[in-house]
Amino acid sequence: MPKDHGIGASSKRREDVRFLTGKGNYTADITLYGQTYAAFARSNVAHAKIKSIDTSAAEAMPGVLAVFTGADFADVGGNPAGWLIQSRNGETMKEPKRPVLAHGEVCHVGDAYAAVIAETVAQARNAVEALVVDFEELPAVVDMADAVADNSKRARTELTDNICFDWGWIEDNRAAVDAAFASAPHVTTLELVNNRLVPNAMEPRASIGVYDASTEDYKLYTTSQNPHLTRLLVAAFVMGIPEHKLNVIAPDVGGGFGSKIYHYGEEALVLAAAKRIGRPVKWVADRTESFLSDAHGRDHVTKIQLACEKDGTFLAVRTETLANVGAYLSNFSTATPTFLHGTLMAGPYKTPLVYVNVKAVFTNTAPVDAYRGAGRPEATYSLERVIDMAARELNLDPWEVRRKNLITTDMFPYTTPVALQYDTGNYQATLDKLIELSDKAGFEARAAESAKRGKMRGLGLSTWIEACGIAPSALVGALGARVGLFDAATVRVNPTGNISVMVGAHSHGQGHETVFAQVVSSMLGIPEANIDIVHGDTAKIPFGMGSYGSRSLAVCGTAMTKAVDKIIAKGKKIAAHMLEASEGDIEFADGKFSVAGTDKAKTFGEIAFSAYVPHNYPLETLEPGLEETAFYDPANFTYPAGAYSCEVEVDPDTGKVEIMAFTCADDFGNVMNPMIVNGQVHGGVAQGIGQALLENTSYDGNGQLVTASYMDYAMPRADDLPNYTVDHSCNTPCTHNPLGVKGCGEAGAIGSPPAVVNAVIDALARAGKPVKHIDMPLSPARVWAAMNA
Amino acid sequence: MYAFEIERPSTIGDAASALGHDGAQALGGGQTLIPTLKQRLAAPEKLISLTAIPEMQGVCIGDAGEVCIGGATTHATVARETAKSYPALSGLASHIGDPAVRNRGTIGGSLANNDPSACYPAAALGSGATIVTNTRKIAADDYFQGMFTTALEPGEIITEVRFPVPQKANYQKFVQPASRFALVGVFVAKYADGVRVAVTGASEDGVFRWDAAEAALSRDFSAAAIEGLTASATNLISDLHGTPAYRAHLIKVLTKRAVMAAA
Ligand SMILES: Cc1cc2nc3c(=O)[nH]c(=O)nc-3n(C[C@H](O)[C@H](O)[C@H](O)COP(=O)(O)OP(=O)(O)OC[C@H]3O[C@@H](n4cnc5c(N)ncnc54)[C@H](O)[C@@H]3O)c2cc1C
Repeated sequence: MPKDHGIGASSKRREDVRFLTGKGNYTADITLYGQTYAAFARSNVAHAKIKSIDTSAAEAMPGVLAVFTGADFADVGGNPAGWLIQSRNGETMKEPKRPVLAHGEVCHVGDAYAAVIAETVAQARNAVEALVVDFEELPAVVDMADAVADNSKRARTELTDNICFDWGWIEDNRAAVDAAFASAPHVTTLELVNNRLVPNAMEPRASIGVYDASTEDYKLYTTSQNPHLTRLLVAAFVMGIPEHKLNVIAPDVGGGFGSKIYHYGEEALVLAAAKRIGRPVKWVADRTESFLSDAHGRDHVTKIQLACEKDGTFLAVRTETLANVGAYLSNFSTATPTFLHGTLMAGPYKTPLVYVNVKAVFTNTAPVDAYRGAGRPEATYSLERVIDMAARELNLDPWEVRRKNLITTDMFPYTTPVALQYDTGNYQATLDKLIELSDKAGFEARAAESAKRGKMRGLGLSTWIEACGIAPSALVGALGARVGLFDAATVRVNPTGNISVMVGAHSHGQGHETVFAQVVSSMLGIPEANIDIVHGDTAKIPFGMGSYGSRSLAVCGTAMTKAVDKIIAKGKKIAAHMLEASEGDIEFADGKFSVAGTDKAKTFGEIAFSAYVPHNYPLETLEPGLEETAFYDPANFTYPAGAYSCEVEVDPDTGKVEIMAFTCADDFGNVMNPMIVNGQVHGGVAQGIGQALLENTSYDGNGQLVTASYMDYAMPRADDLPNYTVDHSCNTPCTHNPLGVKGCGEAGAIGSPPAVVNAVIDALARAGKPVKHIDMPLSPARVWAAMNA
Repeated sequence: MYAFEIERPSTIGDAASALGHDGAQALGGGQTLIPTLKQRLAAPEKLISLTAIPEMQGVCIGDAGEVCIGGATTHATVARETAKSYPALSGLASHIGDPAVRNRGTIGGSLANNDPSACYPAAALGSGATIVTNTRKIAADDYFQGMFTTALEPGEIITEVRFPVPQKANYQKFVQPASRFALVGVFVAKYADGVRVAVTGASEDGVFRWDAAEAALSRDFSAAAIEGLTASATNLISDLHGTPAYRAHLIKVLTKRAVMAAA
């Protein structure tokens, strides 16, 4: 029987009650006394020198309270990159300043160069239109190949060339990899584009700045995935506000997918403005601003090569990637194409030799940063595409080629040639499960039936791995991270026995409030309903690093279990005192502390109450209260893995692809709430299918974003998506965290794009229209053009 | 959005005189106009809503058997009320946008706007419809004058649209993946005196008739009849979602499909 509560139960998402009944409390829902509104002036050209900004007309407009330009922030710090990357030649990456408001130069369409604060949104916007700016247009750098080839046009005038860094991973492997290629019996070469994506969180970014002159305290309500990191960045790096004088609150947040990890200039602006005018200042992005100024995702151009034996045994992998970072370095933009991408290029395979080269390129486009999967989808896509292509070239079954090369269970822990150590997994098991669940055996019959209807059917797969549970601070520190990636939790048991758990992770759709309560409930034997999960407010929670990289349960969840362990240990002390027994004889089970071998026991509630009514405590040895905090820094990444297949029908007349089936066999380690895990996979696969078939971010040659609205940017809709088959029965528990969890938030977006594209290529090949490759998104027009080339 | 005033007259006469003033603009369902205002791309001083005028609402059958649709009738109403009298038109209306768009957007607004990717222009031109305004009757062949351009004079109101009912008809829409407007849409209608084929979504000049296909289908109303034809790619739209060659190809594919679905 399925469990109905605690770890492993599909407890209903408690947060959905408020989300689905319109009672969520998002930043835009918050109205403060005396609130004013900010509107931003954004560049309509990709690159220009700001010769002057005349604010006088705007300042005289009705309702206008203040006007800010870049000059107002010339003396404050820049928004820093979180990782410092070293180039192959030993040079440190270039890090041009990212100011609060563009100063002297605008660097992409949508770059904010001024802001108006007014009594109403309309007044603020009217005044923005009254600003008189004199731009001297500079050449725009848009295409990465051009940016690298031609130093004469530069995305930032302060740069000498457009390359942020030129990174080799691992440089010491390079000669051996090249030698393997030189002597390999077969080499497959594929050039591909990993298309740029606009994150499109349902809730646009929004911030409210508040300043209390009497205490000199600031408060920032903002759409953040990690309020403490935002506080650190905005306070210490940008504004010079003492951290203890800034409270950052990320209330309900309607999706982030990475785009809300980062600190953005608008957050600093509303704080500075609140101080200047002495009233709260609110800004809510409209959808156009989201398109133009949220950090985008992906945007790699890669040449990948696979050297193998004629029987498909992999010998070496070599890649050269241009990774777009846009006009400014967003906080994780240098980590994403390097340590979240290069380190994954071994995939789940035994490939002995791997060398990755990534050049990060500045362009006059919006910044690019981590987006669901962050680097790992890019790695998986190039690897899984080149493997398929190699199998085709060698006339081998792509399923069997993968099986032949998968790391086997006897090889764990397995150290890859790109510096990760996979602790555990069973990649054959997920592949076998996929073969079963996708009814691969019945595919030929289904293909014949499709052919009767005039459709071309294809089947594609990917076997993927990712590194999440980000991340061991020591390891990432050695790799250039400027932050630690631990997390923290405080468990506060109240006198009446109910519990508030303050966590550093932030839930913006994931369902932490439900799952974390399930875990604590199981550990303490008290009902889920008596446990609340508190997150998103730096004044309430311990210093945590927030949610991204599928880290919440693996890292923050572990901190939470450690805090619960401390509660149990303290409870035992209290019980020993109350039961007049020795602490070593106290056992805790099912919510009861008992003396081993006796029927003497105290309930959890009795212990909690006693902790706050310590009338006869031996105070030298027993502190009152029952509240514990734990910090946890993981020993390793976690390594979810799995096998995905996609079955498509292609219309030969129009090139339209329809997804007929999508099957996921995942290994997420132990699963705390199967329903929520399924939901995470569904959402991730929807985004992966969106990338593979629909989503296309297109800048024209002048750096104008052509796809700046839903009229041209195609988001996946329900009827674009199939019913998914999702399985997580082949789980191998993570070996280095107590819950044995690996993380499931990004898997769907990582494993799915290559499965979709491989399926389409398979369909065309079977129909006698061999096409080597089509770049995503596989729109009808592109598929038709490839078929008829 | 800039501030504006709004009026809701209840007769065509009142609406026409309100629209006689400078800075006044007609508001149908607002599904095109309101997003434009929200983006501050237009700044009318006064909007004259046409949705409270009973004469401009609903569907009826005219003396000559034609389907007559009030200019302010929503897509949802057209979809529902022409299901029996003109199924191809009903099918077209039921696939415009989403339920919210269909419950607000109007046939008059769509034809007045004449978006090159909109659906109704294909039906009106393909049916040889008559666009009735507060001052005159305009044949569809004279009405559509290029992308976003029509025969309407400033302030002129589409009060009704009259569709002669064909023997057979069908609309095939191949959606642009993002907007789900027509990347190409083809409306085929077979009348006693010949076949009309109207193409939307494809041309820089907006909706147009594919003469060669009309001639071939008038002789032989079958998909085979147009097998030998090629739609010209000249002057077709080139954008992110399709090249002129792709659109030309789709015109033929969709025309064949429409004939098969109609036959
Ligand atoms: C999400 C979305 C999806 C859509 N998908 C489709 C689609 O698939 N196919 C499609 O064809 N359309 C689509 N549309 C457009 C929709 O059909 C609009 O309703 C239509 O184009 C405009 O009609 P309206 O009544 O909303 O006009 P409004 O937006 O109110 O007005 C549009 C223009 O027409 C003028 N006008 C309005 N009524 C009259 C009248 N009676 N006489 C003279 N002038 C008038 C207005 O002054 C304005 O200039 C979509 C719209 C949206 C928002």
